[in-house]
Amino acid sequence: MRDDVVVLAIAFGYLALLFVIAAWGDRRAEQGRSVIGSPTVYALSIAVYCTAWTFYGSVGRAAEAGPGFLLIYLGPTLAMFMGPLVIRKMVRIAATHRITSIADFISARYGKSTGLGALVALIALIGTTPYIALQLKAITLSHAMLVDYAPEGSMATAETSFWADRSFWVALVLAVFIILFGTRHLDASERHEGMVAAIAFESLVKLAAFLAVGIFTVFVLYQGPADLFRQVAATPALTEALSLSSVPGGALGWVGMLVLAFLAFLGLPRQFQVLVVENVDERHIQRAAWLFPLYLLVINLFVIPIAMAGLLGGAGEDPDSFVLTLPMAAGVDGLPVLVFIGGLSAATGMMIVETIALSTMVSNQLVMPLLLRSRRLHRSHSGSLANRVLGIRRIAILGILLLGYSYHALIGDAYSLVTIGLVSFAAVAQFTPALLIGLYWRGANRLGAGLGMSAGILVWAWTLLIPGFAQSGWLNADFLAQGPFGIAWLRPYALFGLEGWDIYTHSLLWSLLANIGLLVGVSLFSRASPLEQAQAALFTEALHPRLDQSSLWRGHTLRGELRALLDRYLGTTAAQRVFADHAPDDDDQSASTALVARAEQALAGALGNASARVLIDSVVRGEALDLDSILRILDTTSETLEMNRRLEQKSRELARIGQELREANARLRELDRLKDEFVAMVSHELRTPLTSIRAFAEILRDNHELPQQRREHFLDVVVRESQRLSRLIEEILDLARLESGRLPLEPQRLDLVTLTRQAMEAIHRPLEKRGIALTSCFEVDSAEVIGDPDRLEQVIINLIDNAGKFADPHAPRVSLHLAQHRQGFRLAVSDNGTGIDEAERERVFEKFHQLPHADTTRSRPRGSGLGLPISRGIVAHLGGRLWIEDASDLSGACLVMELPEAPHEVDDLSGSNADD
Amino acid sequence: MNAPRRKERLVALIALATTLFTPPLLLIADRLEGGLPLYLFLAWGIVIAMMACLMEDRRGE
Repeated sequence: MRDDVVVLAIAFGYLALLFVIAAWGDRRAEQGRSVIGSPTVYALSIAVYCTAWTFYGSVGRAAEAGPGFLLIYLGPTLAMFMGPLVIRKMVRIAATHRITSIADFISARYGKSTGLGALVALIALIGTTPYIALQLKAITLSHAMLVDYAPEGSMATAETSFWADRSFWVALVLAVFIILFGTRHLDASERHEGMVAAIAFESLVKLAAFLAVGIFTVFVLYQGPADLFRQVAATPALTEALSLSSVPGGALGWVGMLVLAFLAFLGLPRQFQVLVVENVDERHIQRAAWLFPLYLLVINLFVIPIAMAGLLGGAGEDPDSFVLTLPMAAGVDGLPVLVFIGGLSAATGMMIVETIALSTMVSNQLVMPLLLRSRRLHRSHSGSLANRVLGIRRIAILGILLLGYSYHALIGDAYSLVTIGLVSFAAVAQFTPALLIGLYWRGANRLGAGLGMSAGILVWAWTLLIPGFAQSGWLNADFLAQGPFGIAWLRPYALFGLEGWDIYTHSLLWSLLANIGLLVGVSLFSRASPLEQAQAALFTEALHPRLDQSSLWRGHTLRGELRALLDRYLGTTAAQRVFADHAPDDDDQSASTALVARAEQALAGALGNASARVLIDSVVRGEALDLDSILRILDTTSETLEMNRRLEQKSRELARIGQELREANARLRELDRLKDEFVAMVSHELRTPLTSIRAFAEILRDNHELPQQRREHFLDVVVRESQRLSRLIEEILDLARLESGRLPLEPQRLDLVTLTRQAMEAIHRPLEKRGIALTSCFEVDSAEVIGDPDRLEQVIINLIDNAGKFADPHAPRVSLHLAQHRQGFRLAVSDNGTGIDEAERERVFEKFHQLPHADTTRSRPRGSGLGLPISRGIVAHLGGRLWIEDASDLSGACLVMELPEAPHEVDDLSGSNADD
Repeated sequence: MNAPRRKERLVALIALATTLFTPPLLLIADRLEGGLPLYLFLAWGIVIAMMACLMEDRRGE
């Protein structure tokens, strides 16, 4: 109908416009005025998710499966909502490790494994080539329709030779575009700015085109949505199509598809490319987290109206092309061309990004590892390898697009758009478990990830891919119904007899079960190498602010060797960039670990992490991993726990010290109180004799006529009270001297038995007066000790006096017992009183302490409270001890004094000893 | 993501979106004739609006 030449001119003109935009974007980037440094451009570039499959296929799926088509967009919505948590972490890791693709990411996470990278690259290649074919098919179909549209006629795409197929030429033009804008730098981790700008532009074009058809359908073909849906309501079959019952698999199929879309969004190589590799600023994720879902919502807004309008009639039989046939059937010019351009932009956008991602994987994960094994490569001269890598990538681009084209040409017709897309989705969904679990669980290891992914993809092939081939007539389809060799439980669509599920949910369940099960199970029961553990720690702790990114390697190499390596693989300019911060001095010096790390990063950006590791290993000698660094990284979290533990310990210690301080304070207060009491008591004690001395002195002064006898009595009292006064003052002075350590003692050899008898004689009279019975028992005849005789006598008298005070007031008895004990002598003075509590025993020796009186009516204490403290001080000075225990022979307490035995020495030395 | 509350709100929002998009609530919307697409678009729009509020709120930073 339309002139083919015009359509072709418009199509290739549009592709030319992409070249201009990409060239402009690249030039701006070179000038340092990047056009993609905006969160909105970032969000629009993510919209590369919406391919021709969305553009044409959504309407088709809505017509067949009702609201189920929305799941393909609700899954990514959930994934983007998690973006600020998950994708941010991936972006941070990618920037640190110079990640170039999802295969590189997974390979780097699991110990820079070459094998795992190759596995991911292979799966991606197998899984997404059909998807590229799908885009080409959409272009061919839409072009054919635009040119040869015949209402009610069936669409045949039976072009006989490829040079007559427009999509072949489109693929070639795209290959040129991608080679020009996708392989400008060797470093694949650098942004392809021009390409991203072109992709963002394409996202706007396809959105505008789709909205145009939608608005045309609702407001031109019908009088607004109300009119359209009134007609839909009049057709029960259509109303039915809008409910959950039309979704394959019902509620279960719904959830399965939601999970599938979620996983596929994160696992698609092109999404990883735009989300992670092409991200210029982590903060852009925040805008994209809502703007991209909004884009999805808007582009899907008119899908149901268009599908309903198409089903209401007049637009042909194929729902996949309603978008194009509706305006064409209405006979409008222009709009179908716009739709064609929209579809073209959706298809080319996807092909560009997918091909770049795949070609990077093919060159870095499949070809490079093989090349590195060949010896010839190591002898090649400077920079030649950089060109070789770019060459590999360019050939890969061409190869991938041609592979896509062949797939399209050979079996494309057998599948509907949606089927190809979903099979592809299920394949890339196998990456996501290794990706996400590896991001958060440090224990996941290479073996588990490899086995899990392999098992997952095998199950996928059996339950989706091979049955698909069978349905296209390539294989005998009998095994679908009966199972291979008649084994019923191996039927691809009803594995283990699980029937009644839709095929995608069924395949997803079994493949994920195998994938995650093996990943977790094998990881739990196998060991990871040190490099794997280190990489796992670096990935899982990527957002840790204290994570030290310094090199984990401690090997040695010369700067010259490192420079030669970079020269050979990256070219001289790149090598100079790496060495830029380092003084260009002699190459015979050994390279610092920081320099080695920089070199490895530069290599990783160009060749992928696994190959970079191999190359660095080839020049670095010495032991590989720095175990201390690994342990440090592994301990970043446990360190935090350790800090917490220490903090707790400190606070417990503080609480204990606080308690001690409180107790000490209480004791100080008690001592203070005792001192106050003592001062009051001492004043009282001093005043009592003073008062009587003064009173009797005044009587003697005023009454001259007193009889001689009374005068003498009064003078007696005055003298006795004066003596008591001076004794008290002497005691206080003694105490002060004891405390300051200036008590004058004159130690000499003496016999404790003699001294004790002397003391007993001295105190005999006063005791008799108080009615106290004193008994004594000496187990030894002589007890030689060193001591000051006067002071010791004072102590013994004090002990007996105190025992007398503690004794039973009605029949007081005190017994004295002197015996040898080991290397000393013990003098024990017991009483028959009530005894002293354990708790009180030490306090008796405190200064100023007064035991509570048994006889409460007597208000005055029976002593100064200084006798025992002074005694203990003296005994301690003489090297002995004084304490209280339970009396053994009497009922009360027992004061025990122990003094060491005087050393046996020549008699004439005793005199000189005494003089010391 | 500096303010701790923001992270919690984000997690709550993800949970809300998941709940809205999955069967138990979905089945209720499905009982109305042809009401499922309307419900989905409404729920979708609401969670996107909430996400936009949460992400563009610069106070927490």
